[in-house]
Amino acid sequence: MIHTITNFFTDEQISALDEIIDAHKDKPGSLIPMLEETQELLGYIPECVQERISVKADIAPNKIYGVVTFYSFFSMNQKARHRIQVCMGTACYVKGGKEIADKIEKDLGVKFGESTEDGRFTYEKARCFGACGLAPIILVDGKVYGKVTLDSIDGILSQYE
Amino acid sequence: MGKTIAEINGIRDNVIKKEAEDKKLIRIYVHMGTCGIASGATSVLTTLRKEIKENKFKGAKIITTGCAGICSKEPLITVALPGQEPIMYEYINDEKAKEIFASHVMGGEIVTEYAFLRGMETQLKERMENNGIIEGEAVVDSSIPGIEEVPFFAVQEQRVMKNRGLIDPNNIDHYIGRDGYQGAIKVLTSMDSAEIIKVVLDSGIRGRGGAGFPTGLKWKFAAQEPDGMKYMLCNADEGDPGAFMDRSVLESDPHSVIEGMIIASKAIGAHMGYIYCRAEYPLAVETLNKAIKKARAYGLLGENILGTGFDFDIEVYEGAGAFVCGEETALMRSIEGLRGNPRPKPPFPAHAGLWEKPTVLNNVETLANIPQIIYKGSEWYAGIGTEKSKGTKVFSITGDINNVGCVEVPIGTALSTIVNDIGGGVVEGKRFKAAQLGGPSGGCIPLAHIDVPVDYETLQEYGSIMGSGGMIVITDDKSAVDIAKFFMEFCTEESCGKCIPGREGTKQILNILNKIESGRGDASDIPKLEELASVIQKTALCALGKTSANPVLSTLRYFRSEYEEAVSKNN
Repeated sequence: MIHTITNFFTDEQISALDEIIDAHKDKPGSLIPMLEETQELLGYIPECVQERISVKADIAPNKIYGVVTFYSFFSMNQKARHRIQVCMGTACYVKGGKEIADKIEKDLGVKFGESTEDGRFTYEKARCFGACGLAPIILVDGKVYGKVTLDSIDGILSQYE
Repeated sequence: MGKTIAEINGIRDNVIKKEAEDKKLIRIYVHMGTCGIASGATSVLTTLRKEIKENKFKGAKIITTGCAGICSKEPLITVALPGQEPIMYEYINDEKAKEIFASHVMGGEIVTEYAFLRGMETQLKERMENNGIIEGEAVVDSSIPGIEEVPFFAVQEQRVMKNRGLIDPNNIDHYIGRDGYQGAIKVLTSMDSAEIIKVVLDSGIRGRGGAGFPTGLKWKFAAQEPDGMKYMLCNADEGDPGAFMDRSVLESDPHSVIEGMIIASKAIGAHMGYIYCRAEYPLAVETLNKAIKKARAYGLLGENILGTGFDFDIEVYEGAGAFVCGEETALMRSIEGLRGNPRPKPPFPAHAGLWEKPTVLNNVETLANIPQIIYKGSEWYAGIGTEKSKGTKVFSITGDINNVGCVEVPIGTALSTIVNDIGGGVVEGKRFKAAQLGGPSGGCIPLAHIDVPVDYETLQEYGSIMGSGGMIVITDDKSAVDIAKFFMEFCTEESCGKCIPGREGTKQILNILNKIESGRGDASDIPKLEELASVIQKTALCALGKTSANPVLSTLRYFRSEYEEAVSKNN
């Protein structure tokens, strides 16, 4: 089968996944922490991983799918090498965040949620990080860049190959 | 092994004694909230540590604290020499830090060029009363403004934020040294549920998450439920974009929230608590987890707290990115590991909340107020504020304004005071258009009403809400339609999809706004917007859905002419 988990992940990854499942499965309400750790481990939560969690933790697959697609933190698609997040909070909006987003979209040829073809960047819209004093901000691989201008974007992105 | 009450009090006395001794040392405070770190505070800290080591300099102590309040001037450091006023420096980088270390720390010469102000926030009251003089602290450079002369700080009233910029959030002793856990000790040793609730009711405190429901009443309802499993929750899912007050409290003073939860749990009879914190706040989550671990080690959480026989423990539950989870029933579903869909009320959570058990959910700021209300009394708390709303409110002011940061003011302070005095007015070359309060559920207050007092009732009268405290200053280069569109985009994306008004109504409003903005709108669109907004208000399932059209109604109310102009081309 094409969707077999072994086609996507190594044995080490799968056994690490099993450990996460075992650590959480008997605790009520632990699906979200389990998925958070899974996402941390594998980078994304495709259907084959959801199926494995379903079988091993005895949770209906539709429930897992429902949770994965509900929360913006979870992704079913593989991420590129680097992750750009553009804050779309109100303070960043007021300070020109939209123009920053427009430039990145144009330069990289991607829309929110997409990755560049060369697998270099995944481009995402971010929810407010509460660092509004530095608006507009972007994050690259979790590092916050504040007071970004149309001229400073290239310099920031060029640090990530 | 946990500590006894006598030991906690012993720690407090020791901290006070040690602070007095520390005054003989040179103290360097590095303010390390999220904004500070993002601006380079970690590197500044490393540089300062390296300077101390390389110069083999003895007699200086570095203290890391949380946010100092004024985010737009980060990174900030404060240098205090024995017998001299502390000096706060702004916009610090590694080079400036080296220069300040060589000149001020080692040489005793203040680097006036980089200085922001003299004094510390904790000394504000004393300085105001004594013309800017603190006994035992010499004024060295009076060309630098004193903190009492800087409106950003001078107009504030620090209660929730009393420890900011001063204590190390990762050091529980610092908190204890500033009367920390005295409120918890008081309720655990000498107050029953009814007495605690009475004090909280008398204080007049109302929920700071935005709705303004009396906190004491919420507790009373849950306390009336029969004994058994009950839950005490803290809402740290600060989802309003542009709001960061709770993040600042969690990062700079996490124990105040933990202590508030201990007091609340004793009042309602809960023994388990969760802090639901959004995943976008990694530093807050880390700080909270460290604080909880430390509180457990001291016997302030867990079984038989401080030997008083009361059990209570807290877990941090990290959200996974969904705005609607700030709504109480959705938040509880999320902790249960489900999709965060709100449900109709009643039953209210006080009766059937998390796992259908009686549950109280309070906001971070509400809980951070509680220890002082208990320790200092309801009369002290109710001494400021308005007739209907007591105490202070923390706002995060952002947008096109000069001073961006967290501000705490008595409820009822005029909006103009916050924008013009504390915020320092709008940035040069632009004109104030409106202050937007309450996030996507809120509304705008335009220039014509800038003098209104900021309290729950007045703001509602003007079509806005107190909300959780996000205050975004918008200038005249943004059009009203564009502002409304921004918030509607947010609401359509964050709609949980459960009820039709929330899911489809918001989308239809956004479609019309897009149409108007692109010049294809006509006169019939404005009444359509109003009709849709009114249907959503009446029929959506949860508070978030019901209020989602507020940004449209509010901009229509004050900037209708902009809408009319935008659609006039096609008439």
